Amino acid sequence: MNSFDIIGPVMVGPSSSHTAGAVKIGNIARKLLGAPVRKADIFFHGSFLATGKGHGTDRALIAGLLGFPVDDTRIANSFLHAENAGLQYCMSGIDLGDVHPNSVKLLLEGDDQRKIEVVAASVGGGAIRVTEIDGLPANFSGDYPTLVVSNLDQPGHVTEITSMLSHKSINIATMQLYRSSKGGNAVIVLECDQEVPETAIRWLAHLEGILKVTYLGLQERESE
Amino acid sequence: MYQSFQEIIKLEKDTGKSFWEIVRDNDCREMEITEEAAFQRMQEMYEAMRNADASYDPSLSSASGLVGRDGEKVASARKNGAMLCGEFLGLVMEKAIKMGESNACMKRIVAAPTAGSCGVLPAVFLSLEQEKGYSPQMMAKALYVSAGIGGIIAQRASVSGAAGGCQAEIGAASAMAAGGVAFLLGCDAETIAHASALAMKNLLGLACDPVAGLVEVPCVKRNVIGAVNALTSADLACAGIRSKIPPDEVFDAMRSIGRMLPEDLKETGKGGLAATPTGIAFRDGLKTF
Repeated sequence: MNSFDIIGPVMVGPSSSHTAGAVKIGNIARKLLGAPVRKADIFFHGSFLATGKGHGTDRALIAGLLGFPVDDTRIANSFLHAENAGLQYCMSGIDLGDVHPNSVKLLLEGDDQRKIEVVAASVGGGAIRVTEIDGLPANFSGDYPTLVVSNLDQPGHVTEITSMLSHKSINIATMQLYRSSKGGNAVIVLECDQEVPETAIRWLAHLEGILKVTYLGLQERESE
Repeated sequence: MYQSFQEIIKLEKDTGKSFWEIVRDNDCREMEITEEAAFQRMQEMYEAMRNADASYDPSLSSASGLVGRDGEKVASARKNGAMLCGEFLGLVMEKAIKMGESNACMKRIVAAPTAGSCGVLPAVFLSLEQEKGYSPQMMAKALYVSAGIGGIIAQRASVSGAAGGCQAEIGAASAMAAGGVAFLLGCDAETIAHASALAMKNLLGLACDPVAGLVEVPCVKRNVIGAVNALTSADLACAGIRSKIPPDEVFDAMRSIGRMLPEDLKETGKGGLAATPTGIAFRDGLKTF
């Protein structure tokens, strides 16, 4: 902790969890999609649903999907900017069950027919957790370069990924494995200390048994 | 960040450094940045507060319609000389309300320590700067003192309404501001610690009971009491009055009170003002998706 955890952040109000956190969820979901968002179905849960209108959670999330930072004064008028940017959206309520009260589910579509489904929660003070990607569990903050690899549940994929990261001198901060069923779909989530190069991600995506590679870089990579 | 006033008071005696330098030095170590870069960043925070204050829009109301447009009422009462509290305190009150309203109306603010309590520090510091003619550098030093106090509170107790009630938001902001003011008035670390303890003691146990769960009622107006309480507490401490309970123990008490407070009074929008018939009616009238 340092002084700027106390004095700061500079943000658009009114709430670090319901406004700044929602912007951050939008930012991260957009990066996970890897392309400008064209269509977004947004489902608010719990406290996000009950108080989201009053906290501007809806406008904050759209601002995040447009790539605006948490202190961007355009957040209050993000609906207008979405229209200009050609982003179509639809918002409704949902009961996601026993999850964090500030949770939201996003179904995103972008250019090149890219699609992603993300569930994330705003966990306080503007910090967030991504809790689900494409129907499989995940648990990461978006504060590190994060690699999400959907694959078939079969031997060898962990070795392939970790060898590649080792070869690129990338240190793994955290690593999680989940699967829907034995031999079914699985997901590997790796938070890294360094950025993963685009070539390495492409190489992974073409391996047998790898279904989809999603990457959250801390730097924008719109040209991908 | 430091976990006690005692550590900072001892460091001031041992090294001869001022409270703000002790806090800044710690930042430099933790963030691995130079003294100049650290100071520059705090000056930017102060300028962001100044810009937020200047960009108040008197025509705005919040999305719920519960708050907005009150800042101008205070301004005109002050300008008409109608305020019992006088010109200076009137200005403090005006700035506190305005910043709280700006936050509720989705304007850019500086969370200090939270968004709901963002009006306390700027109201106190910007008004004092104007009144006394302090330099912007001096104001950034005062902000460092406030940050150091906030760090102590965050570690000994909490700076989150959900964890500690409003004492952890408006209370914490008020204690932070009080210490900053004592610094500006030329006081040593011990007096700074007592200014902040005296401020905190007045707000211990404050419930976080926002109507409809929004950062509006009573949050916006509570920024005023946080700001005014900071000034009176700093004046008391600088006059030589001491908290009979040592400052670090005051914040330990804040922690235990925060734990004892029922969940209904910790940002859930279920108890207190939120649970009044009028509060419930406001909540039920809100639009959802």
